[in-house]
Amino acid sequence: MSRAAVCLVELDHGEVAAASQRALAVARSLAADPSPGSSGANALVAVVFGTDGLLAESVGSDLALHGATELCLVAAQGLNGYVPAAWARALEQLAARRMATAVVAAATDHGSEVLAHLGAMTGLPVAANCVAAAAAGAGAWQLVRHRWAGSLLEDAVLEAPCALLTVAADAAVAGDAVAGDAAAVASAQPAVAANVIEASGVPVVSFTPSLHEADLRVRATESAEHGSGLSLATARVVIGGGRGVGGPEGFAVLEELAGLLGGVVGVSRVVTSQGWRPHRQQVGQTGTKISPELYLACGISGAIQHMAGCQSAKHIVAVNTDPDAPIMSRADYAVVGDLSEVIPALVAAIRAAGGQG
Amino acid sequence: MDVLVCVKRVPMVGGKVVLTADGQEVDTRMSGFTVSPHEECAVEEAVRITERSGGTVTVLTLGPPEAVDQLRDMLALGAHRGILLETDGREWGPVATAAAIAAAVGELGPGAFPLIIAGNEAADTGGYQVGIRVAHALGRPCVTGIKRLEVAGDVLRAWRESGAGHEEFEVALPAVVGVKEGINLPRYPSLPGRLRAKRAQITVLKPAWQADGLRKVALRVPAGSAQRARVLGHGTEAVPELMRVLGEMGLLASAGMPGREGIVG
Repeated sequence: MSRAAVCLVELDHGEVAAASQRALAVARSLAADPSPGSSGANALVAVVFGTDGLLAESVGSDLALHGATELCLVAAQGLNGYVPAAWARALEQLAARRMATAVVAAATDHGSEVLAHLGAMTGLPVAANCVAAAAAGAGAWQLVRHRWAGSLLEDAVLEAPCALLTVAADAAVAGDAVAGDAAAVASAQPAVAANVIEASGVPVVSFTPSLHEADLRVRATESAEHGSGLSLATARVVIGGGRGVGGPEGFAVLEELAGLLGGVVGVSRVVTSQGWRPHRQQVGQTGTKISPELYLACGISGAIQHMAGCQSAKHIVAVNTDPDAPIMSRADYAVVGDLSEVIPALVAAIRAAGGQG
Repeated sequence: MDVLVCVKRVPMVGGKVVLTADGQEVDTRMSGFTVSPHEECAVEEAVRITERSGGTVTVLTLGPPEAVDQLRDMLALGAHRGILLETDGREWGPVATAAAIAAAVGELGPGAFPLIIAGNEAADTGGYQVGIRVAHALGRPCVTGIKRLEVAGDVLRAWRESGAGHEEFEVALPAVVGVKEGINLPRYPSLPGRLRAKRAQITVLKPAWQADGLRKVALRVPAGSAQRARVLGHGTEAVPELMRVLGEMGLLASAGMPGREGIVG
């Protein structure tokens, strides 16, 4: 029996999530079998949990595009919803059954957590936040992975009977498919049954893991909240404010600018640790990762932890009094000046151009 | 309730990361060390829990002898005791780290520390796994990514963000929780807190290093991370040029027109 690489695939409104597409790309590079005498190609099993057998039609073509040779739907008693340890147990059993060379997941909250459980169950190391991986002989892999949320790269060697990897979720994603409001696009995708997926050339199998009671004791109850409002993570324009804003009252003009450009306000860590703005507006390694068309960073010096959260922005424009601030070497454009003068003038210019007083 | 909080000593980095000549470490000669941000919030959360309902907070770290500084910083926030799992300065992987923590807790008996809180992931390595591995080693349930925590008797309720909403978990103690920055706003250390921290006794244990299967070859700074911004101008004189650039990005087409909503995220 040929060996397989296994990839946990998360769905976003029924479609293959962008982060999982990256994970599949890395898993595919590990599905090649370097051992002498092998045909060179192994199975790449995409594993999806909790769909009730209904998926968006695009799942089949997305999986085929990313080299998946098989879609495995996992279902079991008690496995409805997100049950992290049970997901890991299922992957453990599936990996054993398929003699997997690697188990890969996106470094999302779910993917990271499930692989950590899998690492703990098997006693194997987990290489987190990889951006590239290649087999380097039997049981050895050369990896490149993020440190400091991508501000640094680490070249590493992993030696293990089975490679457990997570793939950095916020590294540059191929194509523009992830931009914009995913929800609006996804709502148009009708759910289809597994046989429609098979029509796109990816065979569908089902797998029922045998779960222990302890695997089921932590499960998520999902609830939606504050339905309206643009989200920082998906906004097309983010107006950033940092220490240079000077205090809570200074954000009014940034809010006004964000409103005019159809965007939202994001802030640096110093702003939330001063209590000027709530943490949910924080952009950065320990806040929200953003990927807007424009990030206009006002009064932000550009600590690496902040830049880690906005490195996926298409354009960065910095407004800062200090021409030597670190952000000046990370932005595309800069205005050297006081944001409390520049931003009101910009707001006035936009209003004038838009025909509003 | 007696709460254990696991923290990690990490380099303090600002606008630029400088590596040592051999590419093995972040150069800290000019910057020093701090506690990883999620973990400072973990300590604050534990201190608040014990302020509300009694008990003690013990802070634990695994690191070189100098990591005592980070323990004392956390004691100054209101933690009561410190444990240093002292290393010889080598980097420990998550497997070995979790094994050492679980062994230290296990020696204190099965009832020790009904609640263990860890930062969700360390600032430097971002491994997302020490807390989960400790939980497995101790046979406890574990929740991670937590931004809100309530303790009611023997039950924890915990929330984390997910997409447009949140996920809620209910877990019986004893348990392990990984928290994220934003769960609270850590206090500044008080002067009495600092004095108490200075005098506090710290327990030192010396676990044996073990290989993890994952070996660092070298660190490097990503290519292309130091460009130079094109300066559009100085002060308000730059606004026309800035308008032109925003127009090129296609952002002014509908800007300022009625019907656009700007909503705070």
